[in-house]
Amino acid sequence: MNSKSISAPYLLWMIVFILAPLLLVAYFAVTTPEGTLTMEYVSQVGEYTPVLTRSVWLAFVSTVICFLIAYPLAFIISRKSGAGQRSMIMLIMLPMWMNFLLRTYAWMTILEKNGLINRFLAHFGIGPLNMINTSGAVVLGMVYNYLPFMILPLYSIMVKIPDSLIEAAQDLGCNTRQVVTRVLFPLSVPGISSGVIMVFVPSVSTFIISRMLGGGGNLLIGDLIDLQFLGNAYNPHLGSAIALVLMVLILLCMSVTNQFGDEEKGGIL
Amino acid sequence: MKNNNIVSLRNISVDFDGDPILIGLNLDIRDKEFVTLLGPSGCGKTTTLRTIGGFVNPKAGDVFFDGLRINDLPPYKRQVNTVFQRYALFPHLNVFENVEFGLKLKKLPENERRNRVHEILDLVNLTGYDHRNINQLSGGQQQRVAIARALVNHPRMLLLDEPLGALDLKLRKEMQIELKKIQQALEITFVYVTHDQEEALTMSDTVVVMNDGDILQVGTPQDIYNEPKNAFVADFIGESNILDGVMYEDCLVEFAGKKFKCVDKGFGILERVDVVIRPEDIRIVDPENAPITGVVESVIFKGVHFEMLVEAHGRRWMIHSTRCEQPGSFIGMEVDPFDIHIMHKMEAES
Repeated sequence: MNSKSISAPYLLWMIVFILAPLLLVAYFAVTTPEGTLTMEYVSQVGEYTPVLTRSVWLAFVSTVICFLIAYPLAFIISRKSGAGQRSMIMLIMLPMWMNFLLRTYAWMTILEKNGLINRFLAHFGIGPLNMINTSGAVVLGMVYNYLPFMILPLYSIMVKIPDSLIEAAQDLGCNTRQVVTRVLFPLSVPGISSGVIMVFVPSVSTFIISRMLGGGGNLLIGDLIDLQFLGNAYNPHLGSAIALVLMVLILLCMSVTNQFGDEEKGGIL
Repeated sequence: MKNNNIVSLRNISVDFDGDPILIGLNLDIRDKEFVTLLGPSGCGKTTTLRTIGGFVNPKAGDVFFDGLRINDLPPYKRQVNTVFQRYALFPHLNVFENVEFGLKLKKLPENERRNRVHEILDLVNLTGYDHRNINQLSGGQQQRVAIARALVNHPRMLLLDEPLGALDLKLRKEMQIELKKIQQALEITFVYVTHDQEEALTMSDTVVVMNDGDILQVGTPQDIYNEPKNAFVADFIGESNILDGVMYEDCLVEFAGKKFKCVDKGFGILERVDVVIRPEDIRIVDPENAPITGVVESVIFKGVHFEMLVEAHGRRWMIHSTRCEQPGSFIGMEVDPFDIHIMHKMEAES
């Protein structure tokens, strides 16, 4: 069968729903409401550099925390028996079946001034602590929501690393730390880079988490775009320009992680 | 030459999830020998090897290396290296880097590393393969890299876990000869795990026959083949006819309804014994005056000989002979006294 004819519907889909909207965003970003070409909005994005920096910084911090939690966990899961692996993965996926908004709301009630933690601490005469509406709360929300996206790719790559490779490394003189740095880490690079992308990209563009857990003081780039389209600041042209800049930023980040992956020769795949 | 043991296992017991794998195993391995652990799958031979390598922690018992107890020494501190069953080469490194791996950990200077890697690659006939990707190598070449990667560290002892299992027959025979050559050239101890009795007989100085987590017999290949200790060893080492017999007196045994002269002594009067006769030790003779007679059931051509199944005295006998008898023909069979091997029944022994 002709592979071209099979791919035609997908190609059409991609043109109509991905490529066309992208071009539309780009078009909006560089035109005025009257339709004349302008770089005004794109250059305006520069005014929001602090918001952009904060978004990238918070997303970076959450990605690092996710990685630190997920890497050992993924390894532990990958060394379990078949049934053990399935139930652990199930436990990790389970929260993802619940609505994203609901989960974030739950964190609000936990972190609030009159929330669970503060009420508990009050028994001991501590607090109330100011936890909600801080950048820490935003990072917590990102880590909590996106952690599975780091665990799963890491797990799926580590499960393919046979025990015998680890034993071979020990046999040849590796202590535990060297097993990790010389064998495990290089072999799991593809999983790391896809995990990093899958956590960093949604973190950098989120607006729900920052609005619910960050309050007004922790505006992120996603909130900014949201405001231009659905908020009081209604300005789709500026919104498109910010979205365009964000996209370029993400593409840059991705090419950096891909570069890193290539250097390690693509690991076990 | 009494006490040149490099490794001694004393009363080693190993469990996996409550299932006993090794039960009070004792074994001495002499320095510079080629020792084979031979047995059916699940007999504990690989576990024994892994105990020496440090990958299995025995529940009870002691592991001695050069007379020192090494139970608590982690694998990376032991003076042994392993060639793993599926080679376990590092896919992110090329041939040179794989072999260099252990030397880099020892922080040897780069010159010395390069010299030693090239020296060992020459030894295993992989000169010039330095920059090859592991996945571009054939099974036999991967095998050589695995051996080189272990040997380059100059271990006192090399552990090999069914290293030739994944290779085809011709390559396997070549590698058997090559491994034996390497072992003799480097003068180090090889401990080799296999379930292939032919492999064990060809390569070893000492064969250790194992079954059900226990050692049945330790000896030279000739000892094991010619004087198997019991019917299991006899059956596992080459094909054999195992018959029920009764010992009448020293050098006289009854089986198949007849009395036969043999060369074994020291059994109890009228003790029930296993009689083992190798298929190649049975001669086909004229049915008249022959001690055993039977009807040929089937004939298979095996290259050097014909393998015949003969129905006689209510059981099936296997004969290897260069003479071909047609199925259905009536033949006589004869065995020399020194080819009749008498063994204690296994139940009586334990």
